Amino acid sequence: MTEPALLSVENVSVNLPTPRGNLRAVDQVDLSVGAGRTLGIVGESGCGKTMLSRAILQLLPKKAMLSGRVMFDGEDLVRLDRERLRKLRGRSLAVVFQDPMTSLNPVLTIGTQLIETLQEHLELDGVAAKMRSIELLAAVGIPAPEQRLMQYPHQLSGGMRQRVAIAIALSCEPKLLIADEPTTALDVTIQAQILDLLAREQRRRHMAMIIITHDLGVVAGRTDEVAVMYAGRVVERAPTPDLFKRMRMPYTEALLAAIPKIDAKPHTPLPAISGRPPDPTRPLKGCSFSPRCKYAWAQCQIEKPPLADADSPGHQYACFRPLNTEAGASA
Amino acid sequence: MMQNALYPVSGDPLLRVENLVVEYPLGNKTVHAVSGVSLDIARGETLGLVGESGCGKSTLGRAVIQLRRPVSGRVLFDGQDLTAMQGDTLRRMRRRVQLIFQDPIASLNPRRRIGDIIAEPLVISGVKDPKKREQLVHEVLSAVGLDPQLVIGRLPHEFSGGQCQRICIARALVLNPEFIICDEPVSALDVSIRAQILNLLEEMKARYGLTLLFIAHDLAVVKAVSDRVAVMYLGRLCEVGPSEQLFAQPAHPYTALLIEAIPVPDPDVRPAESVAVGEPPSPIAPPSGCRFRTRCPRADQRCSDEMPELREVAPAQFAACHHPLIGAD
Ligand SMILES: Nc1ncnc2c1ncn2[C@@H]1O[C@H](COP(=O)(O)OP(=O)(O)OP(=O)(O)O)[C@@H](O)[C@H]1O
Ligand SMILES: Nc1ncnc2c1ncn2[C@@H]1O[C@H](COP(=O)(O)OP(=O)(O)O)[C@@H](O)[C@H]1O
Ligand code: SF4
Ligand code: SF4
Ligand SMILES: [Mg+2]
Ligand SMILES: [Mg+2]
Repeated sequence: MTEPALLSVENVSVNLPTPRGNLRAVDQVDLSVGAGRTLGIVGESGCGKTMLSRAILQLLPKKAMLSGRVMFDGEDLVRLDRERLRKLRGRSLAVVFQDPMTSLNPVLTIGTQLIETLQEHLELDGVAAKMRSIELLAAVGIPAPEQRLMQYPHQLSGGMRQRVAIAIALSCEPKLLIADEPTTALDVTIQAQILDLLAREQRRRHMAMIIITHDLGVVAGRTDEVAVMYAGRVVERAPTPDLFKRMRMPYTEALLAAIPKIDAKPHTPLPAISGRPPDPTRPLKGCSFSPRCKYAWAQCQIEKPPLADADSPGHQYACFRPLNTEAGASA
Repeated sequence: MMQNALYPVSGDPLLRVENLVVEYPLGNKTVHAVSGVSLDIARGETLGLVGESGCGKSTLGRAVIQLRRPVSGRVLFDGQDLTAMQGDTLRRMRRRVQLIFQDPIASLNPRRRIGDIIAEPLVISGVKDPKKREQLVHEVLSAVGLDPQLVIGRLPHEFSGGQCQRICIARALVLNPEFIICDEPVSALDVSIRAQILNLLEEMKARYGLTLLFIAHDLAVVKAVSDRVAVMYLGRLCEVGPSEQLFAQPAHPYTALLIEAIPVPDPDVRPAESVAVGEPPSPIAPPSGCRFRTRCPRADQRCSDEMPELREVAPAQFAACHHPLIGAD
C-alpha cells in the first residue's frame, strides 16, 4: 500500500450514447493494483466489468466517452497518443479475453502469431523468436510445443486455445495482465488448470494481475483484493479475506449465497437474488441494488450511498445498512 | 463384452437405457461419442449427468429421444423400446418427453411471438380450440413466473437470457410431459439467474410430477437438484450413486478430480494446485482399457489392458474402476 501502485484507476466513468439514451456503463470507479498483486473484479453480467477493463486498456468503442485518469507506471493512459499506447499494450499491458478466439487470428498458425508478436515487441530475430515461442508454449502446459506451432487455432480445444492466448499475452513480459473471465467458457478441470497457470506465471514474473469473473468462488483463493461491481459502480472493495469474513454489502452477501454449495443437501432451495440489475440507461436515484435488496429501507430509494471506509484498512462499501454493524440488519 | 452391465437402481424405472452406443462418422474415422452406457431413471427422480465438454452428455440425451439414432443398444421409455419405433408411433411417444437446451436465446425462433412459440407444440399435437390453447399458454407462463399479458406479444430478443430460459421451460411444459431432459439449462447464465432457474426447475418438477435427466458440467449445480448423479468420461459412465454419498465418498478417481476442481468461495480453502492434469483424449481414438487412464494418478498396467465395468462399491453406488477409492476388494 505504501509504494505507489502500478495501476491506479481514478474516478473513471464511461458513458455510451445509445438509442435509448445515455448508458452509464462505468460510474466513478477508483481502483489500484501494485506489482506482484492480484485484484479480482466480481459482479453479474452487464455490471460494467468488461467496459472497465476496456477503459483501462483504452480499447473502448469509438462512441464511448471516458472521464477520469488511468495512471499506469507514472503515465496517464487516457492522455497518451496512439503510437505510445500501441507500444505499451504490446509490451507492458496485456489482456486475455473470455473467448480466446477474440485474441487469436483464425487464419494464422499459432507459431506465426507468437513469433510475430515477439519479433515486433522484443525485436528478436526469427530463430530466437521461435525458440522463445516453444519455451512459452511449454511454460503454459502445451505438450509437444514444436508441433503445435504449426497448427491453427481451430485445431486446438478451448482449453488449449486459452493457454495459447495466455502464452501470447505473457510473451513480452507484461507488467500488468488483465484476464476478463478467462475461464468462464471452460470446464471446471480446465478452469482449475488455467487459474493455476495464471497464478504461477504471475508469481514468477512479479506481474500485477486483474482477474474479472462473475464467480466469487474463482477469486476466493486466488486474489489479494476484491472489488465487487454493481450497475457500473464499485460497491464493496476489500482485501480478499476481509471481504469474505467481514462483508458489509448486502449485494456481496447475495452473490455469495446464490452459488450452489458442494456441501449443501440436494433439493435445498437456493437463495436467489430476485429480478435483474437496473437498466443502465435508467439509473436509479437511490441505491442501485435497492429494488432487489432485502434490507432496503426508505432512505435507500432516495439517496445514493457513498463508498465509505469500513473499520478495517483497505475495506470500503457503499451501503446505508451495512451487514453486521449497528446501523445494519445482521444477516 | 458389455452384455452384463449392471443396472444401477430400481423399482419402477420410467427410463431404462441399455448398452447404448452412439457414433458419428468423421471423414473415414469414427467419433465414439457414447460407448456402452446403461442407466435407469426412476419415476419422479432427478438423475444428474456430469462430465467435461465433449464427453457425450448431449449425445446421450439426444439418443434417448431418438433425435440421433444409436448404433446399438435399447432405450425403454415406460417399458417400450424407442429404438424400435418409427414415424407416428415415435412422435406420439416423444410428446411425453421434452428437451431444454443450454442456449435459451438461440433455441427460440427470433421472428415468432412468445405466445405462438409456446402454443406451437399444442398446434402440432392437435389441440384445435384456440381458446383452450390460449388458456394452456397462460397457465404455463404464469407457472414459470412470467406475466402472460406482458409476454405473449413480444419477440425473443426483447428478453434476457434468464427470461428466455423461463420461456423455454414453459414451452417444454405446455404438453404436460412426464420426462424432461435438461441439457445444461443454466450453463450460459449468471450466478444469480442460475439460482432462480434451478429453483424454478425444482418447483416445476414438484408441480407437474416430472422425472428429469439433468445434464451439466458443474458438479455443485448438479448436486443441488439431483437425487442421483452419473459421472461420464469420454463416452462411458465412471460412477453412479446417490448425490450426497457420491460427493461424500467418491469411488472413481475422476469423480474425485471433478470435486477437487470446484472453486470454493472461501479464502481459507487454498485451491489444490493442478488437481487436473491434461485434457481428455480424443473420442476418435479413445485409450484402450480404462478411458481415464491417461489422466489417472492410480493407473497401472491392468488399466490399459482391461476395461473396467460398473460394479457396486457401496450400497447403491457403482463405479467402473479397477482401483476405486472406496470399496476395493
Ligand atoms: N454431429 C456430430 N458430428 C460429429 N461429431 C460430433 C457430432 N456431435 C457431437 N460430436 C462429437 O461427439 C462427442 C460428444 O459430443 P457431445 O456434444 O455429446 O458432448 P457433451 O458432453 O454434450 O459436451 P458439451 O459439454 O461441450 O456440451 C464430441 O467429441 C463431439 O465433438
Ligand atoms: N459496445 C457497446 N455499446 C453500447 N453499450 C454497451 C457496449 N458494450 C457493453 N455495453 C453495455 O455496457 C454495460 C456494461 O457492459 P459490460 O462491461 O460488458 O458488462 P460485464 O463485463 O460486467 O458483463 C451493459 O449495460 C452493456 O449492455
Ligand atoms: S443501501 Fe440500502 S438498498 Fe442499498 S444495499 Fe444497502 S441496505 Fe440494501
Ligand atoms: S481403472 Fe485404473 S485408470 Fe481407470 S480410473 Fe480406475 S485406477 Fe484409474
Ligand atoms: Mg464481460
Ligand atoms: Mg452438450
